[in-house]
Amino acid sequence: MDITMIIALATMGGLGFVFAGALAIADKKLRVEENPLIAKVNELLPGANCGGCGNAGCYDFSVKLVEGKAPVNGCPVADPDNVKAIAMLLGMDSEGAVKMIPRILCRGGNSEAAKKLADYYGPLSCSAMAIVSGGSKLCFYGCLGGGDCVTACPFNAMVMNENGIPEVIEPLCTGCGLCVKACPRNIIEMHPEDRNVFVFCKNHDDAKTSKSLCSVSCLGCGACARKSDGGVEMQNFLGVINYDKLDADKIQFEKCTTGAIQKIDVKS
Amino acid sequence: MNLFIIFISAAIVNNFVLAYFLGICPFVGVSNKTSSAVSMGMATTFVMVVTAIVSYLIFAFVLVPFKLEFLQIPSFILVIASLVQFVEMVIKKVSQPLYRALGIFLPLITTNCAILGLALFISMREYNLMESVVFGFGAGVGFTLALTLMAGIREELELADVPKGFQGAPITLIVAGILAMAFMGFAGII
Repeated sequence: MDITMIIALATMGGLGFVFAGALAIADKKLRVEENPLIAKVNELLPGANCGGCGNAGCYDFSVKLVEGKAPVNGCPVADPDNVKAIAMLLGMDSEGAVKMIPRILCRGGNSEAAKKLADYYGPLSCSAMAIVSGGSKLCFYGCLGGGDCVTACPFNAMVMNENGIPEVIEPLCTGCGLCVKACPRNIIEMHPEDRNVFVFCKNHDDAKTSKSLCSVSCLGCGACARKSDGGVEMQNFLGVINYDKLDADKIQFEKCTTGAIQKIDVKS
Repeated sequence: MNLFIIFISAAIVNNFVLAYFLGICPFVGVSNKTSSAVSMGMATTFVMVVTAIVSYLIFAFVLVPFKLEFLQIPSFILVIASLVQFVEMVIKKVSQPLYRALGIFLPLITTNCAILGLALFISMREYNLMESVVFGFGAGVGFTLALTLMAGIREELELADVPKGFQGAPITLIVAGILAMAFMGFAGII
């Protein structure tokens, strides 16, 4: 064997040995004792580091959990069984965790908002449509039907129905909220899954205009707001629900001629 | 005087990030907030100075005497990796919040090409120990300067109406390009 090669091997080996030794000593001297619970909790979290809980990552979140600075149900993506296991570890109660679900607040699909501004032949994406003249529908507030929310959903919990309006498949939904960010029209909102009264429209046009655009729009007549004691407020020709004051029994759903405000069936 | 020129050259004229385009990953990744940009810059500066010293010593007293100059890249990588491990341990012990703020980018200093570039420049330009230290410090200051400038611009950029396709990394790289062109203006001063 070449002598250079032996020297090379010996040198690299020696250097490696010296550095490894130094690090081993430093590790002994500088070791930081950590609560062993943190590692256990961290293992039960999804490990996706998505930031959905508002922390820098899963590890950060588990540190806060162990310190009691974060709620057990703070992770929107974690498997419910794992959340229970974490609650067991920390001696906490995981009950009262309400799942958040996205609600699509527009029902004006192709059959309801039938009159078209123009035919759109561009790339099938809401963000592209929003730039190019605002899509094919006459309504400038409603769903574009390009399916950006469907594409954004990492859990396949969104589908585009035949009418051109997205639907949420609730059993698959984790409540991560990515669809909300994807929608250029802001018609998707996160709500607790047991919330059942919604105004399915975002149109601020006056009654005459919005009626001509779409058969299910909110005309802004205010019939739903009249006896609601502040549960529904009229804001610029649109009924907006104030969920703190809402009493579903006081709202006269039958007075809404277009069916924009509705009480839906939710699993309780 | 020579040391001063080396310092200015490394910090401004031949800025590692904006003239050599080394270390773009942390430049894009940690330049969201000025505060974390400054701490990242300081951590990198520290690693750069210590790397400059250790890699100079290893090159001058181990590799050259044994005629093993061809081993400089693996041995420098070894030095950098060990140092970063060490710095990580120290920061974790001394300041937990800083450790968490730097996050993944602290271990990523290991693979920061600016550090390896520094070690290779030192052996290539045959600097002595004092020059190496000044060069390492200057490079670190330049890195911190670039990161802080970028963070300041990006904090303003948060409020700007950037087209969707340009949001995030694309606009950052465009801004980096413009910033680099501005730094070309320093080219003639030494």
